[in-house]
Amino acid sequence: MMEQTLTRFVRALRASGAPVSSAETLDAARTLALIGYDDREALKTAFGSVLAKSLDEIELHDKMFDLFFRRPASDELSPPKAENLDDDNVDDDGDKESSADSGMSKPESASPTEDAPGKGQAQGGQSTPSPSGGEGKAPPIPDAESFMELALSGDGPRIEAAMRRAAQAVGADDIRFATQTAWFTRKMLEELGVRDLEAKLLEAFSGRTKEARAAANAMIEARHVLQEHAREHVKQLFEVFGRGATDSFMEEVVTDRAIPQLSMRDMERMRAIVAKLAKRLAIKHARRRRVRTSGRLDVRKTLHANAGHGGIPFDVVWKQKRKDKPRIVAICDVSGSVAQYVRFLLMFLQALQGKVADLRTFAFCNDLIDVEPFLKEHSLDGAMEAILRKLGGGTDYGQALMDLRTKHWEAIDRRTTVLILGDGRSNYSNPRLEIMEELADSAKRVVWLCPEGPSQWGSGDSCMLDYKTYCTRLSRCATAGDLETAIDDILLAYN
Amino acid sequence: MTSPLTPPGLSSIDSITQSLASVGYISTRAISTAIYVAHHLRKPVLIEGPAGVGKTDLAQSLAKSLEHPLLRMQCYEGLDESKALYEWKYGKQLLYTQILKEKIHDLIGDASSLDQSLAKLGSFQDLFFSRDFLEPRPILRAMEQAGGSVLLIDEIDKSDEAFEAFLLEVLSDYQVTIPELGTISAQVPPLVILTSNNTRELSDALKRRCLHLHIGFPEADRERKIVLARVPGISDLLLKQLVAFVQAVRGEAIRKLPSISETVDWARTLMLLHADALDPQMVRETLNVILKRQADIAEIESKAELLTRDAVAAAV
Repeated sequence: MMEQTLTRFVRALRASGAPVSSAETLDAARTLALIGYDDREALKTAFGSVLAKSLDEIELHDKMFDLFFRRPASDELSPPKAENLDDDNVDDDGDKESSADSGMSKPESASPTEDAPGKGQAQGGQSTPSPSGGEGKAPPIPDAESFMELALSGDGPRIEAAMRRAAQAVGADDIRFATQTAWFTRKMLEELGVRDLEAKLLEAFSGRTKEARAAANAMIEARHVLQEHAREHVKQLFEVFGRGATDSFMEEVVTDRAIPQLSMRDMERMRAIVAKLAKRLAIKHARRRRVRTSGRLDVRKTLHANAGHGGIPFDVVWKQKRKDKPRIVAICDVSGSVAQYVRFLLMFLQALQGKVADLRTFAFCNDLIDVEPFLKEHSLDGAMEAILRKLGGGTDYGQALMDLRTKHWEAIDRRTTVLILGDGRSNYSNPRLEIMEELADSAKRVVWLCPEGPSQWGSGDSCMLDYKTYCTRLSRCATAGDLETAIDDILLAYN
Repeated sequence: MTSPLTPPGLSSIDSITQSLASVGYISTRAISTAIYVAHHLRKPVLIEGPAGVGKTDLAQSLAKSLEHPLLRMQCYEGLDESKALYEWKYGKQLLYTQILKEKIHDLIGDASSLDQSLAKLGSFQDLFFSRDFLEPRPILRAMEQAGGSVLLIDEIDKSDEAFEAFLLEVLSDYQVTIPELGTISAQVPPLVILTSNNTRELSDALKRRCLHLHIGFPEADRERKIVLARVPGISDLLLKQLVAFVQAVRGEAIRKLPSISETVDWARTLMLLHADALDPQMVRETLNVILKRQADIAEIESKAELLTRDAVAAAV
């Protein structure tokens, strides 16, 4: 009973992105035993501290809690009446709360009849369990009569309870995508007896009498009513269980879609995704791990530490090598089609700035310029505009390399990784391979990301194959996922 | 699985709030609930939040209100097991060996073979590794307190991963194994509070093992109560005005937002200067008490008139 409620709640939390572990679920169960349902706020806070472990997760949890355990309409609750726990199994709305307000505590026993006062199917805290007690006894036979009766009864709580039962029977908790709503709605209606109803409807249509017509209309009306209720119910279940899955699915799709093919809507999603990916990278690489060079004793420090022990080395200090903080110099070609890739790269790099790497970014078309001042003044989009305005003309890789050599060479040292984003098409100008060679010698690694595929390298004015010899790594980057992999790779090389 | 004895101060969420208030710590519902659950579930509490909101203070007030000893361990990079758990008093061992050299010679003097000498020395080993020569550090001391204690592990985010892994082990069983002495387990598990300033991401295992509590900047009402508790003689008008001012400053675009400890300091400063109400000149002069960066001070100084006026208006 309560275990099932709790596990459903935890499942809903997981589905929306909060990674709740089994151990935490057990703790939540113990917390429930400790606090009980009396105090909704206390339970919410307690669950928050047990199940959610960061500010984001707490927000998510609070939202889910409110959605899952909806506050009942009224706070009155009836004295104990027919308790049959059929209805309590499916309680993603209201049930918990009705018991909460009744001042009941610790409903962990599984036996249905000995429950504390107020427990039961009093949905939404309504004080009339007897009519709803009727359906509490046993699930109604799914036929046309009961269907019509239910639809025409207008009894909100009873319909709700029937919906809950039907939803559980068809496993509507498993809804993952909004497009499944119609299917689940239909299944729920079938559970309630719509097939029988439709058969009778067909009969009534074929009849010629006015009564038959009236009966047919009534049946159509009834079906419509219950269909609306079922659809609402399924939608709510989707919000609780499926929304998270849909979001993460869409994210996967967009991450793997080629960048030029992204639509405007995708771009919005992309921003959030890039932020998330960058954050993941930042967390992964943010720690500068100190590596123990195993076996090498640091004699000076050991003696120093053991001066108080007469020089006998009780505390042994080993030599440690501190890992370099990554230094990345990004050189981006902002001509034509490559500009869109640059936007994403900048998004990534901005998120990593400071935390993980020392970063210098340059953009070029004809000349090479430093991008920092633009990023300081404008937002990312504004900066891109300003940069594109400033740089014009045809791409000239050779010129760009010259500018790098003459003006910004101090940025390159043996700890730097040079990241070049471009298609290698230089309008048949001098590619300045000797500077490239010098670059490859001075820097730690040179990584080239090219939007074009290997089949196009060397075709037309592409100097890719010439530059390739000086790159530590040359890879195609077509999607945001590729960019993430490339940056991850660069950062890993520092460990 | 509750501990055998629950002190009256921890018997319910409200009693926690009350007992904390009695020692001058104004708690929120969230804080009291977390402590309540932590005690009964025997889980540590990880408190996150900006600097100066009362994370360490909570542990201290808890210890005071429950009359338990407070054991504090400040974490830093490179903190390892020996400084956290226990250490042998090497110096003392060496000293005693030297002093008792004569005695030792007498005792094994009549042994004829190496084996016999070793056998006789065997007993000494235990002697020199007994409880007398053990220097317990905060975690072990917390395990040993008979009546329960509050263990504060401060700024866990400044320590490294290895230490976190070690902590996990200790905090799950509340027992420590010393090879020479055996296992020491806590009769009454301590109430463990970890604080973090979020300078780095803690390992998932530790985060999942603890209960989570976030203490943020307080709301105006709570802040007033806190300042009143810490600075008892303050006039009502001044209190309202200065709290309104600080709340407004937190809404401005400055790098380091003033937290509750700065508000308390400012209240004390203003009282020292015999102020009854805020005025822009005094605010400008004492801005460096609530703001710690020159850039922020410059920013707020330019708005001092406006903010003071608003605060005075809000306080009536």
